[in-house]
Amino acid sequence: MPVVRDETLSIQSDDDVVRVRQVTRRWALDMRFRLVDQTKVITAASELARNTLIHGGGGTVRLEAMHNSGRRGLRLTFEDKGPGIADIEHAVTDGYSTGGGLGLGLGGAKRLSNEFEISSVPGQGTRVTITRWM
Amino acid sequence: MTDDKSAAERIPILKMGEFLLVTIQVEMHDRLVMALQEELTEAIVAHQSRGVLIDISALEIVDSFIGRALGNIASMARVLDAETVVVGMRPAVAITLVELGLSLPGVRTALDAEKGMALIRRSMRPSGGAAGARRS
Repeated sequence: MPVVRDETLSIQSDDDVVRVRQVTRRWALDMRFRLVDQTKVITAASELARNTLIHGGGGTVRLEAMHNSGRRGLRLTFEDKGPGIADIEHAVTDGYSTGGGLGLGLGGAKRLSNEFEISSVPGQGTRVTITRWM
Repeated sequence: MTDDKSAAERIPILKMGEFLLVTIQVEMHDRLVMALQEELTEAIVAHQSRGVLIDISALEIVDSFIGRALGNIASMARVLDAETVVVGMRPAVAITLVELGLSLPGVRTALDAEKGMALIRRSMRPSGGAAGARRS
């Protein structure tokens, strides 16, 4: 899958969460996503950026624009070196929360994306990758 | 410096008779959302407001944090005897919210400020008998 452009942002404060939203929006606009798809991918990015900050103690997001035989997609990879998630299946379930939120972050981001991958090692960190195709 | 910044970023709360009008036109930082909850409840009490209109037509996204805050504001206002109506949600935001799993339970919505105002007026419970008795 050829990556035609990429950018990595740091997530260390709630200003950075806003910045992740703004940069994701700019990318989605540049790639000419439809308005509803733009809104979905920005919202998913916002949820995951906040997770990275609150549960992961900060981390990074890497944005990648992908082109594959006429198909275009935006892939976002969130990584942290936080405590990790022991029970991933449980964490993706709606209503499960350890951060005092609604527990919609992971499950919601998954529903708003076309592809969703999560891997986590307790004590080492978490990586979540979402892709939205046009 | 931090104080100056948060003061500059405050979301204005306008008093219009018995109503409070909040138009969200800035990027919603999490701490700004928290500040709005506090300031709005204080304003309801200070002005004895019966209704709160929150215009989110400028918001490009509503994520679970902002959605939860809108729900909290509506609950807090209700406890203080004020009705809250959220107006102006963009169609793409509505679609995304529902897919996210958030249907804003307990938050009343209207398409625009005028309809929102009418909704609050209709739903205002006359306190103790006649309407407006609270002001007597």
